[in-house]
Amino acid sequence: MRILVAMSGGVDSSVVAATLKQEGHEVIGATLQLYDHGQAVSKPGACCAGRDILDARAVADRLDIPHYVIDAEERFRSSVMASFADSYARGETPVPCVACNQGVKFTDLLSMARDLGCEAMATGHYVRRVEGEGRAELHRPADLSRDQSWFLFATTQDQLDYLRFPLGDMPNKDAVRQKAQEFGLAIAAKPDSQDICFVPSGTYASVVEKLRPETNGAGEIVDETGRILGQHEGIARYTVGQSKRLGDIHTKDGRRQIVKRIDASTRRIIVGPKESAGRIEFALRDMNWLIEPSSDGVRCHVQIRAREVSREAWVYPLADGARVVLDEPAMPAPGQACVLYQGSRVLGGGFILS
Amino acid sequence: MVFTSGGTEANALAIHAFGQERRLLIGATEHDAVRMASPDHEIVPVLPDGSLCLQALEAALQREGGALVCAMAANNETGILHPLEAIGTLCRQYGALLHVDAVQVAGRQLAGDKRLSVAGLTSLAVSGHKAGGIKGAGALILGAEGHVSPMLRGGGQERGRRGGTPALPAIVSMAAAFGLAMEQDWSLIASLRDQIDMTALSCGARITGDRKCPRLPNTTSLILPGISAQTQLMMLDLAGYAVSTGSACSSGKVSASHVLQAMGLEDDAACAIRVSLPWNITESQVEGFVGAYVDMARRLGKKTA
Repeated sequence: MRILVAMSGGVDSSVVAATLKQEGHEVIGATLQLYDHGQAVSKPGACCAGRDILDARAVADRLDIPHYVIDAEERFRSSVMASFADSYARGETPVPCVACNQGVKFTDLLSMARDLGCEAMATGHYVRRVEGEGRAELHRPADLSRDQSWFLFATTQDQLDYLRFPLGDMPNKDAVRQKAQEFGLAIAAKPDSQDICFVPSGTYASVVEKLRPETNGAGEIVDETGRILGQHEGIARYTVGQSKRLGDIHTKDGRRQIVKRIDASTRRIIVGPKESAGRIEFALRDMNWLIEPSSDGVRCHVQIRAREVSREAWVYPLADGARVVLDEPAMPAPGQACVLYQGSRVLGGGFILS
Repeated sequence: MVFTSGGTEANALAIHAFGQERRLLIGATEHDAVRMASPDHEIVPVLPDGSLCLQALEAALQREGGALVCAMAANNETGILHPLEAIGTLCRQYGALLHVDAVQVAGRQLAGDKRLSVAGLTSLAVSGHKAGGIKGAGALILGAEGHVSPMLRGGGQERGRRGGTPALPAIVSMAAAFGLAMEQDWSLIASLRDQIDMTALSCGARITGDRKCPRLPNTTSLILPGISAQTQLMMLDLAGYAVSTGSACSSGKVSASHVLQAMGLEDDAACAIRVSLPWNITESQVEGFVGAYVDMARRLGKKTA
């Protein structure tokens, strides 16, 4: 069949393209130009595209498939980067990869694939798509150390039906690199991409401060009674639940302190002792269901951070969201995703409200 | 005449040689080869039909300081011609120098009685591959004898006006291509172009500028409102036809066209593709293209309807 492969220029999506081509499909490669690479790395004169797009093009040439670079800069700026910064400005900790998958990739690029007469679109994500009864299901991958299902919870049923994730059954990354080598792809040994793609080497706070200057600047660290304990250097540097960047306050009164709340309007970081910090109940917004949830609630495991064990909970659907009741208290951070699982299957998810 | 590596270099040389100590007035739809070679330029707007606004040019020329005017003979994205005779007259009247980027017309409309002759022309840039020559040769044609300050020194080639060994095979092929272009039946190519225009119009497309304004015989710019140019390009490419959108960077990323924006097109600027026919186009190839275009418009048009 004619299938569009979203090619990032990395090993994973390159192997996807090569595999599908080998299987005899008519493969079309597409690479999204998401931001001006030259600006992102602050090197004037650097090509707008950067290394990754050129790598994707080279792989496509090698595979002898058509390849297109799609300018999604404007859409990426407005739907991903701006809301990333807005979220920090509200005192949240956003997950830009979810917004990008949801909008730029699985809405815009996918609709382009349909326009081009493709029967499916494939990506290099590590998740499994399982043919369920009538409709496709989204599952954690074979290699749990690469699991990206948490980042894909917002995939709608229609999108899921159209998508393919050929790497979901790969046992590990080495096997993927091995395949890349067998296909003779020059990028077989390319390092994994890390962190947030549009933020050069882990300086996300400075990106946020550039986009939303009001988040820039010092503020107070206070305890729950409002007592000032110290100063911080910008709210974007903190996430609910963290104990880093608290300096001496970290172990005040002999008890481990963590960030309990971020008040964007007063630019205050509110800390409290770790053992008292947990919550049982919280709300979700922008809920995406991949099942028909029972109004009596859904018994499942929820995962409230990208890298964390899942926790047993009841989730109750609401008109525009859901209410989560955990068995044991935890520290949900506003803006992060809360993804619902039953075994390996993703049932849905939403964003944690403050 | 100074032989160069192509149109970009010829334009850059003209601006380097004649633009020093002068105000640079360039048309809003000039090619990047001119825009980028003159960072401190003043822009002369174009009319909605894509032709240079003579009133604005005159107003700019009336202001103080000697000027070099850079105007393209024909636009690379739309094929629309500038009124060069009138531009030349204004330049003479105000004592300004005039450089014409003729890359798009050379080998297309220099033929026969349409020989480009503008009195008082300072220089004119051409490139061989546009007429089917080997890539790698162009020339800056000078209106008058005299020394031209080189960009590339040393070597002393081209009478000291451009250092570096000239690419003789490419230059010979440029000459051959221009020679053959003089014998080409451009009205035949124009009629094939018109066939594409008429089909596009019947599919709900618009022609950038106006069908009746003076244009190159082989170029047209088709707007299919509501359908991104990128998608059109991909669909036609998959069907075996290479068209272009705006100007593409080395990665193939397409950026918004400054040409169409200068003509006042806003959202539609992102929905335009350029179709240009080579000298050896055949009728059956045009029929094939027209079929692919109709398929595409039908398929994508449904979505927006």
